[in-house]
Amino acid sequence: MITIKDLHASINGKAILKGLTLNVNAGEVHAIMGPNGAGKSTLASILAGREEYEITAGEIDFNGEDLLDLSVEERAREGLFLAFQYPVEIPGVSNVNFLRTAINEIRDHKGEKAMSAKEFMALVRDKSALVELDSKLASRSVNEGFSGGEKKRNEIFQMAMLNPKLAILDETDSGLDIDALRIVANGVNQLKTNENATIIITHYQRLLDYIIPDFVHVLYDGKIVKSGRKELALELEEKGYDWIKNNAAN
Amino acid sequence: MANYTEDELAEELKNQEYKFGFVSDIDTDTIPIGLNEDIVRLISSKKEEPEWLLDYRLNALSLWSTMKEPSWAHVKYKKPDFQAIAYYSAPKQTKKYESWDDVDPEMKATMTKLGISMLEQQRLTGVAVDFVMDSVSVATSFKEKLGELGIIFCSFSDAVQNHPDLVKKYMGSVIPTQDNYYAALNAAVFTDGSFCYIPKGVRCPMELSTYFRINAGGTGQFERTLVIADEGSYVSYLEGCTAPQRDENQLHAAVVELIALDNAEIKYSTVQNWYPGDKNGLGGIFNFVTKRGICEKNAKISWTQVETGSAVTWKYPSCILKGDNSVGEFYSVAVTNNYQQADTGTKMIHLGKNTKSTIISKGISAGKSQNSYRGLVQIHKNAHNARNFSQCDSLLMSSECGAHTFPYIECKNSSAKIEHEATTSKIGEDQLFYCKQRGISEEKAIGLIVNGYCKEVLNQLPMEFAVEAQKLLTISLEGSVG
Repeated sequence: MITIKDLHASINGKAILKGLTLNVNAGEVHAIMGPNGAGKSTLASILAGREEYEITAGEIDFNGEDLLDLSVEERAREGLFLAFQYPVEIPGVSNVNFLRTAINEIRDHKGEKAMSAKEFMALVRDKSALVELDSKLASRSVNEGFSGGEKKRNEIFQMAMLNPKLAILDETDSGLDIDALRIVANGVNQLKTNENATIIITHYQRLLDYIIPDFVHVLYDGKIVKSGRKELALELEEKGYDWIKNNAAN
Repeated sequence: MANYTEDELAEELKNQEYKFGFVSDIDTDTIPIGLNEDIVRLISSKKEEPEWLLDYRLNALSLWSTMKEPSWAHVKYKKPDFQAIAYYSAPKQTKKYESWDDVDPEMKATMTKLGISMLEQQRLTGVAVDFVMDSVSVATSFKEKLGELGIIFCSFSDAVQNHPDLVKKYMGSVIPTQDNYYAALNAAVFTDGSFCYIPKGVRCPMELSTYFRINAGGTGQFERTLVIADEGSYVSYLEGCTAPQRDENQLHAAVVELIALDNAEIKYSTVQNWYPGDKNGLGGIFNFVTKRGICEKNAKISWTQVETGSAVTWKYPSCILKGDNSVGEFYSVAVTNNYQQADTGTKMIHLGKNTKSTIISKGISAGKSQNSYRGLVQIHKNAHNARNFSQCDSLLMSSECGAHTFPYIECKNSSAKIEHEATTSKIGEDQLFYCKQRGISEEKAIGLIVNGYCKEVLNQLPMEFAVEAQKLLTISLEGSVG
């Protein structure tokens, strides 16, 4: 699905990623954990294509294409989805209008014809149920006046609507109460197939109680310093990030 | 707005330059340039006007010659040379249009290019249209059907001939000749425009629409519109404007007067898309317009405007809330790009008790343009319990443009409630990124964000025009984020 090789990246001359390597196959769920400032969100931003970051070395292959050659929207149309840590509000633009535009842009890219209104509304009903999103929210302006939990659920709702190949969840658990966390995780689990993959970026272990990762990686100081199975997350929770920091220092 | 599809937008975007910039090859009857008593007499005689109207014009000319061009607006431009303009230009016609069949085929072609096929309009949308090319009104549709209800919808010239009492009574009653420099100029040289009268208790069953077109070079357009809604009546009125692409600046100085008698309601919508000049600020229309309405008891006037065109815009559609319980509304979207300048807003004059006004103004500036909101809310001493709510938002699309807000409030009654909200924001890189991450192209993302920003105003427009306005906004802002 995606292969990241020796990725180095900086912002305003400051190096953030310092040789990150990661391989994710279809059907897998990977969790990337790490302390604040390790470069977790930078990785998500670079994969999505934010322009502020300068890639100084390394390469990223996304289903046979050089990801770094693609524009933000091309990446999205090729099936890369980012669930934002801080979803943006777009006043006056309804969620459905926004998603319909997105779906049809993606379809157009694939040479498919636009989705009919009937088909689209059926999809909205179906997918909003998945994250228990009130159908009223679907017709409200994108994220405007949504609570923190509603915003995150809306991200997963959008993910369900767009059906991406690779979903990157950037700190999706932050600011969620336990019920919202369960709903969000439940949605992600139901969307999982053998054809798609998920990268979960998180600071805490608790989301991983609900979404069981195939692999856990620890990101520290711009590099993956430790990889393992799901047990690694528990160990990390128990020993804290100082354990990693001390190991790295030695 | 529901009928509008993204494909239509994509189609529009392919043709992103000013698409109404063509010139129609129509023989015109244009009088010599210059402005003096003889010219005014010539216009009046060409229009076979009665003596009282000639006197009205001559009085206006003498008032105008003593007035100074206003300079308080936040706009800079080379003052027009009023002696270098031809004040009357009319498509040549051998006889008066009796029916649609008499209209010059080239003229019909022009209308089709502008997207206003009369026949289509008549059949499908039920919008009655008056078409004003340069100085004269060339065609009015649906006259008979409206006539059955007693509604008069015709060119201003026809009204002068056929309904002189109404014209005489109301013309200049809201905007007197000496009101301002351009209103006085218009009163002296106006050539045509639209006239509309809705009788007592009649609800006009269709949108009435006037399409203004400047075609001939070296001319100005000075039209007058007079809308009278008699007691308990209702009318929704729309005007659209376009002009050819030229390197010279052309002057458009119109006067629009609305009269809403007791319990009447007038909804007046404008989609203004005069040629804005090129990317370097060459050419374009100077749009210096005076629009004002008066509300009697329980009456309501609602102005909605989408302003995307003109090199310089100077216009303040206003309401005089004379009658008790009357309501005035102003919804505006003003877009400026490249070197365009707009100074626009409204005046809400509260005279009666329990009068209410709402102002929603959305300015969007891009390129090197300057966009100003200027508004006055005036509460007079007898206007007990008057209420006003104003919201003025500015959206900046580039780092070289300007947005300015000049809200004036004068309150002489302590029971009044006045609220004012204002915001200025830059189109968010974050919003654009968010849209793009969902697969939406930058151009479409801008279209979505801007139309969302203007939604409160666009929602006030009749459906067909909301769609047109939505497309216009996107086209006007093509490639303007930076």
